Formats: sequence, C-alpha cells, structure tokens
Amino acid sequence: MKKKYFLNANIIDPQNSLDEVGGLIINEEGKIEAIGKKVNENNIPSREKHINLKGNYIFPGIVDMRVFVGEPGYEYKENFRTLSNAALSGGVTSVVTMPNTNPIIDNVSMVDFIKRRGRDKSKINIFPTASLTKNLEGTNMTEFGLLQKKGIVGFTDGIKTIQNTRVMSRIMNSAYDLNSLIIQHAEDFYLAENGMMNDGIISTKLGLQGIPEVAEKIIIERDLALLDEYRCRYHISQISSAKSVAIIEEKKQFLKFSCGVSINNLSLNENDIGDFRTFLKLSPPLRTEEDRLALVEGLNKKTIDVIVSDHKPEDEEQKRLTFAKAATGSSGIETLLSLSLELFHNGSVKLSTIIEALTCNPAKILKINKGNLTIGNDADFCIMDINKPWIVKNENLLSKSKNTSIENKKLQGKVINTFVNGEELYKV
Amino acid sequence: MAIKSGKAVKISQKHLLGIQDLSISDVNYILSEAKQFIKLNRSKNKKLDTLRGKTQINLFFEPSTRTQSSFELAGKRLGADVMSMNIVNSAIKKGETLIDTAMTLNAMHPNLIVVRHQDSGACNLLSQKVNCAVINAGDGRREHPTQALLDALTIIEKKGKVQGLRIAICGDILHSRVARSNIHLLNMLGAELNIVAPTNLMPKNLEKFGVNKFSDMKKGLKNCDIVMMLRLQNERMNSSFLSSNREYYEYYGLTPDKLDCAKSNALIMHPGPMNRGIEIDTNLADDINKSVIQEQVELGVAVRMACLKIFCE
Repeated sequence: MKKKYFLNANIIDPQNSLDEVGGLIINEEGKIEAIGKKVNENNIPSREKHINLKGNYIFPGIVDMRVFVGEPGYEYKENFRTLSNAALSGGVTSVVTMPNTNPIIDNVSMVDFIKRRGRDKSKINIFPTASLTKNLEGTNMTEFGLLQKKGIVGFTDGIKTIQNTRVMSRIMNSAYDLNSLIIQHAEDFYLAENGMMNDGIISTKLGLQGIPEVAEKIIIERDLALLDEYRCRYHISQISSAKSVAIIEEKKQFLKFSCGVSINNLSLNENDIGDFRTFLKLSPPLRTEEDRLALVEGLNKKTIDVIVSDHKPEDEEQKRLTFAKAATGSSGIETLLSLSLELFHNGSVKLSTIIEALTCNPAKILKINKGNLTIGNDADFCIMDINKPWIVKNENLLSKSKNTSIENKKLQGKVINTFVNGEELYKV
Repeated sequence: MAIKSGKAVKISQKHLLGIQDLSISDVNYILSEAKQFIKLNRSKNKKLDTLRGKTQINLFFEPSTRTQSSFELAGKRLGADVMSMNIVNSAIKKGETLIDTAMTLNAMHPNLIVVRHQDSGACNLLSQKVNCAVINAGDGRREHPTQALLDALTIIEKKGKVQGLRIAICGDILHSRVARSNIHLLNMLGAELNIVAPTNLMPKNLEKFGVNKFSDMKKGLKNCDIVMMLRLQNERMNSSFLSSNREYYEYYGLTPDKLDCAKSNALIMHPGPMNRGIEIDTNLADDINKSVIQEQVELGVAVRMACLKIFCE
C-alpha cells in the first residue's frame, strides 16, 4: 500500500481532544503516521501526491454499538456484504452485531461461524455479541468466559430483557468475575406485552396498545439497584424517555455504568408515526417531543454515552402489514452519522459531543481500540462534507432491506470517503 | 369549491375510515341523507335503484351480526350487488396477507368495500391499495364510524339535537372503537361528554380529547341526557383488568339506582351485543320508555345506506 497524504481537513478526534485544521498521513501498513495541524504543505515531500480536502471533515470511523445482521438465518434481510456496504456509505467502520440470529449466537461454535463469515465477507470490523442466556430464554446464562476468548465483546439478549431478578444478579456476579460487558435492553415484559408504540394520546387516538415509559424505568431502576450490590461492566442499550434520563443522571453520581440511545429516539417522536407508518414501529418506541428533548439534553450532559443506529433490517413482507402485525425496527446504519449531524446543524448538540458518542465512547465501553485517530492505530476514518444536502430515498439505500424510518427526509452532511486500515473502501 | 357534473361535491373524503377525518359539513350531509332513508325503511316497498349496477363487497375479518347484516341490507335496499366474504373459507386462512386480499378483490372492480378487521389501521392500509371507496365497519380499537353516526342520528331523532346535551359513555372504553368514534363525533356536534370507566379500562390521556373522566359511575351520570353503555370486551382482555363480572356489575353496570343520577328523561343506548346482567340491568335494556337500543339498530340501516350512497359517488 502506498503512503497517503490528506491536507486541509477539519479533524475531530474526541479521544485525543483533537479539533483543528490539519492533515493526516497514512503509512504503508495502513496505520496513522501523523495527524493534526503540523501536517501541512510545508512538511510533506513535494513529490508525493496529496489530497486537498478543502475544509471537509475527518472523523474517526463510526463505531455502531447496535446492529442486527441477518447471518445466519435471515440472509434475505441482510448479510455481511450488504451490511458492510451500507455501513461504509455512512462512515461506519466498526459494528457490534446482535446475537438475535437463527440459530442464536449463544455457543462457541456459532461464534466461530460468525467470525469466519465476518472475516470473509465483511469489509468493516465486526465485533459480535453473544446472548446473555441460552436461546434467549432468560434462564441459563451462556459461557461468558469461553465466548470472550473467542472474540465476543459483550453479552445481550438483544431485543429481550432479563426479566428474572435472580438470574440477573447471577449474571452480574459472573460478569464481575470474568470482566464481561452486560448490555441490557430495558423493558418490563408484562408492562410492554402486546404494546406497539408509546402509551399516550397518539396510541389512544390510533387505537394501538401502548408501552408505558415505566416499563423501561422499572428495569433500569431494578438493574441499578442490583448493580449497587453486584458491580460489573453494565450498559443500558437504549433509553427512550425523560424519566429514564433523570434516573440515570442521578445514579451516575455514585455508580459506574453507561447507556445508549437510538438515533431514532433522538430525532423523531411519536407524532411521526402518522397514519400507521410501520417503519416507525420501534423498540424502544418513539415517545413524546418532551422525551426527545430530554434525551438530547442527556447527550449534552454526558448522561447518555452512546448513539446507536439500532439498525434492524426487515424485508417488505414484514412491514406491509397492519401496525399490530408488522415487524419492529428500522434500517439506519447508513444514515446514522448524517442524521446525528442534524442535532449539530440545529444547534442542539456540539459536533464533538456527537462524534464522541459515535466513536470513542462506544469503543471505551467495549474496550476495543477503535473510534480514535491515535498515531500507530489502524487508519479507520471517514471524510465528510458536513454541509452537503441530500434526501433519503429508500431506493438509494445500500442495505438489503429498505425499511428506513426517515424516508424522504432532508439531511445535511454526506460521507465522501470511508477508509478501513488505510484502504479506501467507499467513495461517493 | 370543486364542481362536478353541475353539483357541489359534498364529502371531503374518498373513504370513510373514521370520524376523525370528517368535517362537520361531511357529518351533517351524511345525517341529512340518512334521515331520508328512515321513512323508506319503514314503508312497504323498500327497494331503490340508486346503486344499481354497483358492487359492494363486505369483508369481515371479525365475527359480526348486526353490522354485517345492516350493511348487507343497506346495500341491497339501494340496489347494489352485495357480496359478503366468508373469511373462514377464504385465502386469508391460507396465509394471504391483507394487502394481497385487497389487491385480489380490487382486480374484480368493486365500487365499495366494507371492512371490519381486528387490527387498528387495517382499513387505512387497505384503502391505500384499492381504487374503490373503503368503508370502515370497525378496525381494532380505533374507529367504528357508522356506529357513531347512527348513535348521533338516534339522539337527534329522540332529543332533536346533540348540541348542549350531556352524554355519558360508560364501560370498557379502552378496547372500544365505538367509544373513540363517538367521542370524536359527539364532541364535534357540541355535546358535553362524561366518560365513565374503571381506570384499568380508561385509555391514557383521554382528557386531551376534551372529555370529562370519571371512575365513579354515579358522579359521571349526574344530570346526563343520554347514557351510552358499552359492551365489556372480555375476549380482548388477557389479564386482570377486573376482579369479576359480579363486582363490575355492582360498580359499573347500569342499574335503576345509578340511572336515577341522570336526568329523569334520560335515554339508554347500547351498540350491542349486550351482556345482560354485566354492564346493564336486563329490565332497563328492555324498558321501551328509556331504552332506544332497538331504534339504534333500525337507524343503523338508514345511516349505512347514506354512507354507501355518498361514498359510492
């Protein structure tokens, strides 16, 4: 690989507190050789070809902590190849995959399979999670230690919650012993059963069964009460309400844990469901505008650590149904960064805070050396024109499934190139 | 205003999906058309040729006696060719999706499809896929517009108007599409609405629709002109909404002592089918001086004739 020189970029690397105009040099091994304002026309060899980025931005490659890939079992929804193409077009270079496949990723041989498939078919870094409990049944925990040795970065039942308190406490103890990361999808089963959207005026109007916000709060409060007794690496996958933000802010004063939010909950509210738009049937559900604003504020205050796409590809057959019967989830990996920038453009969140929540924060929680532009590390990054306007059209999406929650939305900011290990794998 | 073949287009919607889509002039137009059919239905010769040559398909995914037969009769009296699909024997049971069923029926060029479905929003989905008018005959918990229209017509026939009346809607509001449609419609027509239900059966944020909420039935019935009882939808209840039917009857069943709180000339309504002895005292249900339940059924045909006629145009 030839050395690469980029000049005149706005570089943002929150992990290294870098926010300046400068250049970037990638060495022959695809590692970062030099970065920052000291890299400019005057100190690079004049015979070397360099690329003038003319003020476009360089961000560390996005680390998306919540992605569903259809392999194995649901290849018709998404496979590693289509997922990585979609990810690269959105500046995402590392993804954490959910274990909700068929069969479930709950044993060592499944991890071997997914690692192999990921290596052969994917162009981006795949960090798989395994399930917390065997077959997602919420009763018997999986082999955290053995699975970790095979390369599992965290444990979650994905779309399900550990309901049994005793099982949860034992999971936490094991996670403490083995230094495992526990990722909880916080939703009380009984309060949320058969629910389809936020419990409120819109659900009353549409005649759809609601999911009350207390369903989320009660699991968060329970888990944090347990965490006080049984310390371990604990992460709440996604929160959706003002009440959850408040409880997390309070508990963070004396407990160590982290939490995430879906870009959907940061950008949309329950009114967007409109006339039964099944692409907006999400979990956790979209809630009120007050809840959305509280989540944005939580991001500003660093109460919320991570923004995820909650990329859940579903084919048309699962969505062309009544709201009650339609599948839950939306495809979102390729719009994650652009949609996040909306919060910057409308003045609600600082750019560095957004990038932090998309890069080094998830990487630190996962204990992976990604999401930064530290010298000597893999050159995973994207170049973005943060002002370029474009419109989301589902026919242009690269994901195998087109169930975007923001069809026809106008966005500002488009990824121009994405690099993994110094290699350009996406070009607009 | 749009003019079509010399006369004004009088309805703002292509489909009748819910009261919430209608304007007050739409409602008044439907009710005035319906009034003309009341007389016809009481006369000896009930057949018109208004919809001759038109095809009406009744697509009922949920069992129904009065609504389905009412729509069938309404279509036949207007001279339409009416086909009622029997879902038990249809391709739906073989795994066909709602949209595919809609497309199949659409290819046969009906003029009207009347739909009842267990899922809220099913009629909206279907209406996006067909060329003809879709009439909602009840979707999930969301709306049952013709029921609300016939209730309003019954009230107008008996009380002369809706404006200014105090109307109590009581019972299983949570699962009730009749309640939701009536709240929209009677609010629009200027009634004051008291909604009475145990909190477990009261939908969230209902007060934001501009109604008064009560969990004490006697307080809710105070000085009411109309007491509308709803059926307890036991088939939709999976767990512990209520302790027992006996207790429900004690606190929320319409009994003479509770009815005494309402005005002395208050009328009793019920969309049917009734659970006698659970939400309503059996003698009250049959009291011809107080109960207008039979009139509701009668006027239902007239209202549905009006809707079929208007939306077929």
